[in-house]
Amino acid sequence: MTRIYVTGIGAVSPAGWGIPPLLAALDGGTPIPTRALPGSWGHPPRSARLVPNPTVRPAVLAHPRLRRASAISQYAAAAAMEALGLPGSGVPSDLDPSRLGIIVGVHTGSMRYSIRFYGEVLRDPSTASPVLFPETVFNAPASHIAAFLNGTPRTYTLVGDQTVFLQALATGAHWLADGRVDRCLVVSAEESDWLMATALGLFAKGLVHSEGAGAVCLARTPQVDAVHGVTVELDRITSMQLYARHATRHSAAIAMREELPPDDPTELLCDSQTGVLAVDDAECQAWTSWSGLRQSVKPIVGEALSAAAAWQSLQAIHAIRSRTVTAANVSVVGSNEAAVGARWVAAS
Amino acid sequence: MLLPPPHHRFTSGHRVVVTGAGIISALGMGWQTNAEGFRSGRTAFRPVTLFDTQRHRASQAAEVDLPQDPPPGFLSRRSARRLNRASRLLLWAAAEAWQQAAWRPDSPVPMVLGTTSCGMDCGEAFFRAAMPAPPAKHHQATRSLGYQGQRQALDLAELLGIQGPVLLIANACASGANAIGHAWELLRTGRFARAITGGYDALSHLVFAGFDSLQALSTTTCRPFDANRDGLALGEGAAVLCLETLDAATARGADILAEIVGYGATTDSHHLTQPHPDGDAALAAMREACRVAGLVPGDIQYVNAHGTGTPLNDAAEAKAIARWAGDTAHRIPVSSTKASIGHLLGAAGAVEAMVCLMALRGQWLPPQLQVGQLDPTCAFPLVRQPTTAPVEHALTNSFGFGGSNASLVFRRWL
Repeated sequence: MTRIYVTGIGAVSPAGWGIPPLLAALDGGTPIPTRALPGSWGHPPRSARLVPNPTVRPAVLAHPRLRRASAISQYAAAAAMEALGLPGSGVPSDLDPSRLGIIVGVHTGSMRYSIRFYGEVLRDPSTASPVLFPETVFNAPASHIAAFLNGTPRTYTLVGDQTVFLQALATGAHWLADGRVDRCLVVSAEESDWLMATALGLFAKGLVHSEGAGAVCLARTPQVDAVHGVTVELDRITSMQLYARHATRHSAAIAMREELPPDDPTELLCDSQTGVLAVDDAECQAWTSWSGLRQSVKPIVGEALSAAAAWQSLQAIHAIRSRTVTAANVSVVGSNEAAVGARWVAAS
Repeated sequence: MLLPPPHHRFTSGHRVVVTGAGIISALGMGWQTNAEGFRSGRTAFRPVTLFDTQRHRASQAAEVDLPQDPPPGFLSRRSARRLNRASRLLLWAAAEAWQQAAWRPDSPVPMVLGTTSCGMDCGEAFFRAAMPAPPAKHHQATRSLGYQGQRQALDLAELLGIQGPVLLIANACASGANAIGHAWELLRTGRFARAITGGYDALSHLVFAGFDSLQALSTTTCRPFDANRDGLALGEGAAVLCLETLDAATARGADILAEIVGYGATTDSHHLTQPHPDGDAALAAMREACRVAGLVPGDIQYVNAHGTGTPLNDAAEAKAIARWAGDTAHRIPVSSTKASIGHLLGAAGAVEAMVCLMALRGQWLPPQLQVGQLDPTCAFPLVRQPTTAPVEHALTNSFGFGGSNASLVFRRWL
């Protein structure tokens, strides 16, 4: 099996635009304050952790394809460009877009435009805006990223629960191993909406809805991180333990845990715990004996579904790059589909 | 594992065959009914009953007469009661494929599925119930779950009694073809010995209104490649294939329907909803599929076009086919079965893959009966009458919003 390396990471989160504010927030450990998520149709607002306006507007957002795009596309594009090493403008000469894969994993996709459009349809379909509908498709973010890169890369959009980010990583690794692409961008993104927050609230009180994006660029050739001098490798992704055929979240989480190496006090676990006991119980039980370092992103930056799973991996990669650990496990016990784990290591 | 540690070795180059196939469309349920319909060029459009089309430009679609009950299987009564329309379409197609393949749920089976709108009817119902003050709460959790694509995959897993990784590809109208192509790659590269794959989409008001708002829906008849075509017609349905490596299929003496020999996937960056007018990315997908198959255009005896009936798609695709086929374009018959059952969006690529299987098995070409004057950009012969013909290889195109392009090549199995 081909070895798969990280060449770049990117993020947009309630901590801000870019990796540095996300990492600073995670290192600080203080939950990011919530803000009011405007309500609709006379309903009161809900609280959520929202992405702030950028202090420096990413150049990619000026692209014609993104000017009227929904937030999810903007988050995905900004994170993707950071992971490619392109926070500024333009495509570097050594990037051949035709050999770049793009995989975007989402849970709910473009909710804001979908809700706006459907609201207009219910009021009067003859006046529903045609500008909104194209941006409702799941693959709009991936399409905008591809357009910015001005190439014809192989592009997939995947849909699933929080585990979709790890499914996307595995798919990207396959493309690299099979020689279909030379580099692969893997992105997950979500946008907040009052209706989404309402839906989340049906399943667990206390879950704080969130939004943003996380991106990892993978390649077959190792790339030493310029700042820390460490190369990070994607070691494995576990089987997808479906909540099907008598498997429960508990049994699936345990089965996922068993496919990762035994406890090691020198390693890091980046888990998907939310701080809400009813949600976290299955994962807690699966990792009850874990003796190493442990970090949870969601109590700080919120439940951003697939984007939060991406942030877990970014946290793991950062910990390895900064030489805090030489290996980190990522545990994602999804809300309604599967449990999947991943392992990142310092490349030898 | 989805990705084993680096020391793991896969053996690549496996041949991949189809040992089960199932379909449900507005033509009816099952291979035989649909094959008869496609072969005769029958159309299945009627006024939409699922939602009110009064204030829309268009009012027709290829709506399925869907049984209320799911197919027999391992679904609990609770799950069966909660099935949404998209799940029911998928399950009926999958049940037929599974039965034909004669598989058992004794080992994990990857499920690679394509869809554009998942359980949109549940999402719409959730929205409508959430709007009033105070909002309704009853059934909202079920609706919220039913909207999500993984619900349909889990329903499928429960029906068949299987475990296995799920990959849901949402590449707009290429989703079904991308799903089959991706499953093919998983088996070809030795990662799995079998997979269940396909595409599904149910009619929904949001999506119907979306295409209507773009004035993309025909207000007359869906006539792909007609010089006076005026748009597409929507449909719904599902098609599912059971794929396995040739080694696995022959080891158990399975009946083989066809072989998948090529897959090409590209992205058209020209516009979010419009193809490049010269069909560049479509051409690249067709060329890649043939390159992987080791074939040249002259080896293809039938092309099932994406052929939506919109002015822009058909013009771009006609150019792409002409560029791809070159001097042989005038000898390669082409038709679009969207003239019969409409555009099934996420299911289209999978259903049209099945049409290719039917053509290969039955040695006939599905016609389009409604075309008047052929668009002069069509360098190929459009199949306009029911036609018996030798077909050794068939190619199918699927092109979608966001520029997702996919082409598949199938080979006849004797």
